[in-house]
Amino acid sequence: MFLFDDEPIDFTLQPGLAAPVWRGRAADGDELKDFAAAVQLAGGRLAALWGSDCRAAGKGFRLDVVFGLNEGHAWVRLDLPEQGNECPVYPDLSGRFPAANRMQRATRDLVGIATEGGDQRPWLRHGGWPADWYPLRHDAGEAPAFDNRPTDYDFVQVGGEGAHEIPVGPIHAGIIEPGHFRFSVIGERLLRLEQRLGYQHKGVERRLAGADFSTGAKLVGRISGDSTCAFAWAYASAVEAACGVEPSPRALALRALILERERIANHLGDLGMLGNDAAFAFGLAQFFRLKEDWVRLNAQLFGHRFMMDSIVPGGVAQDLDAAALAAIVAQCEAIGPAVKELRRIYDEHAGLQDRFLTTGPIDAALARELSLSGMAARATGLILDGRAYRQGYTPPPPWAQFGVRPATDERGDVAARVAVRFDEVFESLRLLRLLAAGMPAGEIRRPVVPVADASGLGIVEGWRGEVLVGVRFGADGRLARVHPHDPSWQAWPALEHAVMKDIVPDFPLINKSFNLSYSGQDI
Amino acid sequence: MWSVLKHILKTGVVSEPAPDAGDAKRELDRLNDEILRILGRALTIREVDAGSCNACELEIHALNNPYYNLEGSGIKFVASPRHADMLLVTGPVTKNMENAVKIAYACTPDPKLVVAVGDCGCGCGEIGQLFGPNYATCGAVENVIPVDVRIPGCPPTPLALMQGILAAVRTR
Repeated sequence: MFLFDDEPIDFTLQPGLAAPVWRGRAADGDELKDFAAAVQLAGGRLAALWGSDCRAAGKGFRLDVVFGLNEGHAWVRLDLPEQGNECPVYPDLSGRFPAANRMQRATRDLVGIATEGGDQRPWLRHGGWPADWYPLRHDAGEAPAFDNRPTDYDFVQVGGEGAHEIPVGPIHAGIIEPGHFRFSVIGERLLRLEQRLGYQHKGVERRLAGADFSTGAKLVGRISGDSTCAFAWAYASAVEAACGVEPSPRALALRALILERERIANHLGDLGMLGNDAAFAFGLAQFFRLKEDWVRLNAQLFGHRFMMDSIVPGGVAQDLDAAALAAIVAQCEAIGPAVKELRRIYDEHAGLQDRFLTTGPIDAALARELSLSGMAARATGLILDGRAYRQGYTPPPPWAQFGVRPATDERGDVAARVAVRFDEVFESLRLLRLLAAGMPAGEIRRPVVPVADASGLGIVEGWRGEVLVGVRFGADGRLARVHPHDPSWQAWPALEHAVMKDIVPDFPLINKSFNLSYSGQDI
Repeated sequence: MWSVLKHILKTGVVSEPAPDAGDAKRELDRLNDEILRILGRALTIREVDAGSCNACELEIHALNNPYYNLEGSGIKFVASPRHADMLLVTGPVTKNMENAVKIAYACTPDPKLVVAVGDCGCGCGEIGQLFGPNYATCGAVENVIPVDVRIPGCPPTPLALMQGILAAVRTR
């Protein structure tokens, strides 16, 4: 089928129960470019972009681009023939979708396929390996001995009288992940923020290449610890789509329950940290107390405080009995009123609201332009939630039966992101009670047999936004290529925009209102 | 303001035994006593994330929640290695962080303690193996700077973290 009347790419629907994905192949770079233009015109987003080396199978290189459309996702591949020792090239999509910029640069660093023109600065490669050595090429071999020296990075400089720079990181002042922020300021006023990330780059995609799919689940579950369940589910969906496995209704309901528990745990923690960053330590103590209660029940029921490795290809690893489901309902009933009361305190606290309101704003038009997804996008008024119905889109099971109500707020500032988090906590508590009450009977795990050369794409609405994992098996039934995509890829640039009207001391608060993953982006 | 005070009073001191905390809670009290006895003063920690997936950081954050109340035992996280007695390092140490970790170590005044956190940071267990040295990482923290104590786990629980921090203090 064709997704747009005048675009020649022919799509087929990915089989299975997961979120709708149409797969197609662009004949050449121009077809991809034209399709991207049509997606942009239709108000779609760039969901992910990655490259692969398929020369071992005699197929040259390959670029995968996933677009988010209203009805679902379009997964377009573009084959790139080998060009001697030159980097094969493809059209730069960052003019249409600014979010492409960093993904394209990372693809060049790892696979050695590049855009025609556009930003050619390295992204993930800092100085740890040679510029002409590409770790995801099949013939890359061991990394050559190389002197690991920090390289210069070409930050955009702001000129003018009184303008100066504040470099921050990679090691930050708090207990947070590493990254570099270059602030250009006049006095206390922020003029520009430019991020340099990649410090958490662990070469996970290379570790995944050649692994069996069970090992792959463990690796993907550690892309970003705070979203381990969302990643595990997206990966499992991708493997299941590739291998033709449909998880049981009970497994899907348990996965939803696990995902909503992860969402609530993170929102509780962040609501506490947001209070703390506005000097309201009471909020931190109260929300962290609730979060601790929450993760202790996880440990009791799933054997792990963050439920790592609970979602596996084929289903879930542990079952929950009636007593466990009752414990979940009881906890929801205890935590709901506690959060409600804290929300009233937050809402009525003048000092806190003074810091939250109008700070760090982005609007819906910018969110759309930057392909933003998830909580931060909904806080600008966009109704983007993979779990919820929207015109033309039916969410995959088990969400369809619950009528998930996406939380939105049109203000786009820190206050809006706080409000959306509160609303999502209440909605997730409602979902947890429904899931526990209507838990279908049946098996929790179905066998998965790898299918040679098969591929699949899994998409899950994590607490931060859309988590996406693409999987391709090799001829030997082992993983040939896995690309895990964290929503932080699209959200980091949004943070650069959000700070521009504020002062330097507001940055920690604005940053926390997004709470983006470094590891998820750097992989 | 009144509602805040009311809420604080109503919540009370949760550092008392919680119903579901059980043995963990008693162990926590014992550790707190021991930390106070051994240190008799403050211990300052500089946390360095050298390449973790952030799960270790979530648990290190939890140390400051009212249940574990690490700061109540005189142990405090500080913003600069120059103010720190101890580096608490999560890993695997990435190539892109290798230099920063070495600089942070050099900036920490002697006598200093280094604690490696997590299976990746310790290079142990199945996960430590999966995240072993490759083109992008140096593997365990000890491959980059000297380590006094290792706290394994994926991630280690807050209680394991407290025990490890205490074990490090005992080495001096």
